[in-house]
Amino acid sequence: MAVLLHISLPPIAVVLHGTSSSHEVCSRMELRSCGILFLVIPVCSLQPQAVSGSSLLDSFKGEGAGVEVTMPDVQSLVNEFILKLKKRKVEGSQATSRHAAVLLRSVISQQRIGYTNQAGTLIDAVKAVGEQLVAANPVELAVGNIVRRVLHIIREEDLSLTTAAMAGLNLSALSDDDDDTGPVDHPVLSAAAVAAASRSTLRPPSLQTLLEDMPDSTAVPHTSSSGGDSEGKSKSADKSSRSRKLKHDVIEALNELIQDIDTCHEQIAEQAVEHIHHNEVILTLGSSRTVLQFLCAAREKKRSFRVFVAEGAPRYQGHLLAKELVSRGLQTTLITDSAVFAMISRVNMVIVGAHAVMANGGVIAPVGLNMVALAAQRHAVPFVVLAGSHKLCPLYPHNPEVLLNELRSPSELLDFGEFSDCMDFGSGLGSPLLHVVNPSFDYVPPKLVSLFITDTGGHNPSYMYRLIADYYSADDLVLQRKAASSS
Amino acid sequence: MGAQKKSSAAAAARISDDPEELSRVPLQAVLLADSFTTKFRPITLERPKVLLPLANVPMIEYALTWLESAGVEEVFVFCCAHAKQVTNYLQCSQWLSQPNFSVATIESHNSVSAGDALRLIYERNVIHGDFILISGDTLSNMSLNRALQEHKERKKKDSNAVMTMVIKRSKLSPVTQQSRLGTDELFMAIDPDTKQLLYYEENTNHLKGTLSLDKMLLIDNPSITLHNDMQDCFIDICSPEVLSLFTDNFDYQHLRRHFVKGLLVDDIMGYKIYTHEIHSSYAARVDNYRSYDTISKDIIQRWTYPLVPDVLLFGNSATKLEREGIYRATEIVQSRSAQIGPLTVIGNGTRIGNNTKITNSVIGKGCSIGSNVLIEGSYIWDNVTVEDGCQLKHSIVCDGVVIKSGSVLSPGVVLSFKVVVGQNFTVPAYSKVSLLPQPTKQDSDEELEYADNNSDIETSPIAGAHDNLNGELTSDLTDMQSSAAEELGSGGAGYIWSICEGASEEEWRHSVAPVPAEKLAEISQTIDDDLDFSYQDGNAPASSGELKPGGLSDSDDDDVDANNDSAYFEKEVEATFLRAVHENVKVDHVILEVNSLKLSYNMEFAACAGAIFYSMMKLALGTPYNSSAELYNAVVNVLTSWKRLLKSYLSGKDEEIEIILKFEEMCSELAKELSPLFTKILCFLYDKDMISEDAILDWESEKNYADESDRVFVKQAEKFLQWLREASEEEEED
Repeated sequence: MAVLLHISLPPIAVVLHGTSSSHEVCSRMELRSCGILFLVIPVCSLQPQAVSGSSLLDSFKGEGAGVEVTMPDVQSLVNEFILKLKKRKVEGSQATSRHAAVLLRSVISQQRIGYTNQAGTLIDAVKAVGEQLVAANPVELAVGNIVRRVLHIIREEDLSLTTAAMAGLNLSALSDDDDDTGPVDHPVLSAAAVAAASRSTLRPPSLQTLLEDMPDSTAVPHTSSSGGDSEGKSKSADKSSRSRKLKHDVIEALNELIQDIDTCHEQIAEQAVEHIHHNEVILTLGSSRTVLQFLCAAREKKRSFRVFVAEGAPRYQGHLLAKELVSRGLQTTLITDSAVFAMISRVNMVIVGAHAVMANGGVIAPVGLNMVALAAQRHAVPFVVLAGSHKLCPLYPHNPEVLLNELRSPSELLDFGEFSDCMDFGSGLGSPLLHVVNPSFDYVPPKLVSLFITDTGGHNPSYMYRLIADYYSADDLVLQRKAASSS
Repeated sequence: MGAQKKSSAAAAARISDDPEELSRVPLQAVLLADSFTTKFRPITLERPKVLLPLANVPMIEYALTWLESAGVEEVFVFCCAHAKQVTNYLQCSQWLSQPNFSVATIESHNSVSAGDALRLIYERNVIHGDFILISGDTLSNMSLNRALQEHKERKKKDSNAVMTMVIKRSKLSPVTQQSRLGTDELFMAIDPDTKQLLYYEENTNHLKGTLSLDKMLLIDNPSITLHNDMQDCFIDICSPEVLSLFTDNFDYQHLRRHFVKGLLVDDIMGYKIYTHEIHSSYAARVDNYRSYDTISKDIIQRWTYPLVPDVLLFGNSATKLEREGIYRATEIVQSRSAQIGPLTVIGNGTRIGNNTKITNSVIGKGCSIGSNVLIEGSYIWDNVTVEDGCQLKHSIVCDGVVIKSGSVLSPGVVLSFKVVVGQNFTVPAYSKVSLLPQPTKQDSDEELEYADNNSDIETSPIAGAHDNLNGELTSDLTDMQSSAAEELGSGGAGYIWSICEGASEEEWRHSVAPVPAEKLAEISQTIDDDLDFSYQDGNAPASSGELKPGGLSDSDDDDVDANNDSAYFEKEVEATFLRAVHENVKVDHVILEVNSLKLSYNMEFAACAGAIFYSMMKLALGTPYNSSAELYNAVVNVLTSWKRLLKSYLSGKDEEIEIILKFEEMCSELAKELSPLFTKILCFLYDKDMISEDAILDWESEKNYADESDRVFVKQAEKFLQWLREASEEEEED
């Protein structure tokens, strides 16, 4: 049943194929006593990222020092996050996307890469994890966005490395993508810089930023985050450095992404002064941290204005927002959601947060915002949506009111005990006459949105697809099917 | 929110906890994977209750998921009946390999009750601190933080607070006096300040609305609230003492009936039980088929969020929620002409034929449903075949059942595993069908699900028995098969269980089917009758306390005529007076009440005086007497003791005359016994200064012109009148 392979090269690696767990355990014990490092992989799943295989790999945690096989509980981290997503315990797209990015960073740093098709291995690994994450909570689009962003980063880094290598061989590198114009001009350009440049095509990469990035990537080849680096490998130096370089660059870019997510509120808030003017009346609904910081930033810049806060039933987070605003010295008026139309004629601008921004410029937003947007349109009040770039989703909405919605518990609306007699199935027709529906999101069509403010600046809804093309590669739009066919 | 903090902080808490909780033990839970009842028979003969699917997911998954998300770190699953199946299930599931959440099973084969189970757990000595005690069929999404904290704080103050019981408000059906979960009416007395549970009583007699409380309960507690709209969620936070209590009292079997009541009644040990009411979160226990239905629908209506089919992916297939509460798994083959109605769950790999209608139902995985089938309010589990033209209404169909074309399942039918229903056969309402014959000897007090070894032997041959190609059947089995087949039409297999005596008329209460309209009408009729009866029974006194005319119109017919007003008024005053006599109400209060009656009926003082006098006489007549002398004494007694009341209405001559007239009327019509005493009593009234001589004389002069018949009493009192006239003359002379 078990196949033993002896490789006489130091260090000795023994690959044991087997399926019986008890057998594995005992043979493992024996071999460990000999001080030999080995790897157990079930015959059926030789792919390292397959669940069963990697869970077995987990069992080697800590004992294979100096061997590339170490995969400290990435899988358990993934599982933990999946559980959290499933139980809806992570709230807010910023927290979710940050969490996802950090998780994917550790997936990549723990991923063993071969000497060929390194990018492919990374992409497969990220996709496999990403598919699980997306399935865990399909409504939280930020997870999918981050997975796609990471895939895009890997592709970019790989491309720039290849072009750099090819440019090293002969300078007439072929370019099939507009992003490659940079690398062709500067053959030794860092991948991170390319990625950064490609992501901010609005601001064409200045020479200074490019130069700044250059020493950065060459001077620090080993960072603490790439814990899975091989030490005792007897291999050709250039290959190992290349493998490390790709991984390193990807992780570098990921760190940047995480930082972007962390600072997106500040980035957006910086633009507040350009949009909020003296003595204006701003209306918002519910609570959003982005909106809060945006308003506070304008306040700090000595703008005096008033804020109307619609309470945002049924969760009434508007109350919290009003409290926060007042504590920072803003003139605040709290109104019910249903009073929005009555008040909108006095309002100069509606500023709201979003759950996700779709590729067509439509917005998935907290429930009630479609109504606000319609009221704003009726009175020609600008409707401004604040969204960090992690909320940009490359998908087009199909039936978003149903498929991209989350129906929460009716107990947020009414007290179960009070209405329990309306839901007695035992008498009457056997089906209740009272249904309680509590959707969390609204879909606001792009024509109702006047302006998007993201961390890169203000954009028209019709420009969203262009932004998305910068952040995502077209190959990754469909995560699920590809992953399913590959595994 | 709270739960989130709890679980994420679970690891952190171990390091940075309060200094007082340095010896922190992980939060433990005991999950009883056996209900120790037979309510789910015949299904539970073949599969333990905790593995029965609820919206296509085994119940134990809900319980474990909740425990995990509530921050419990160690769960002991106690398996008794079908212990093998439960442990096998857990081994195949992901639960045994969770980080920060350990699940261990405890098997027992001779436990017959929750009490036995807890005694065994005590013996094993695995519980070290406070623990959560739930049954495996409990479903909740509540956060335990608050309840646990309250429990701990109480425990610190009073070491006798051993248990906190989770309750939830849920109204009873006004007609059947049942909770929506199909359980009996539950009375609880709770101290509103401390939330201590003082009284716990399940009312099994549905029509009897009485409840007896111990007098001591009212004496010992300054205030108690009495609830009948509370639902026991069967989630208990227990201190370790609970286990030792069970061990000490070896006769405790049932958690509620013995343990809770034992602690409440027997206050020698002074142990206390407290309650924790949950408002926004959900908790319920699948107790019978009715609650199975209700809880399934609650899940579909998302009260249990996030424990709903499209959020928690228990299986591998994703489920999508569409409008009107339709949950569809991803791989379904559905005909375009099939209609799927609201509140329906359809499992993976199911095929649905043309023109089939499905509403309010749950369909499991891998089912095949033919054309022109009507499915309404039914629960169809996995791999069921329903052929063309069948009708299924409010029934439960277990795994592997085959329903041949044209069959009809009437409301309340339960088809156990692998039953075959023959062609065009109608299964009668509320029948339970199983491949296993009904166990003949049933100890009335043994409420234990069949031991698994028993049923395993029996299932295997019979499961194969409906395979007609199998020629190796013993004659015994063929007999069984043929008899089984006959019961369910041609080609059918299964026994229709006879309903045990006494339960037949109660069957509708616990069935999945809604209570039939006729039954509802019947019950409401009997309730109405009862109410009418009670109104007649205690007619005036019952509603006498009511000062509103509304109270009256209830007890009497609604046609309140202006002419009848005075009659009603008299009645009311009489009732008030009688109540005052019986309950020793102070005179001032009676006056107050009569005054308010006077106002509400727009009466004059004369009428009040008349009515009060009338009531007094009535009262006197009510006392037993043998001779007229005794009667006189009774009248005198009443008059002297209530003199103040009467006097307060005798402000002038008119009122006094009114009294005499009333008295006269009484003597001549209602109470002939009084007539000989007329003069005597009149004399007494005069003596006691209740009636002045002017009034009496006026009365006489009024009567001067009346008929002879009306003058009977004037004549009777002639002597007294004579004396009065003389006396007054004398006074004038003086």
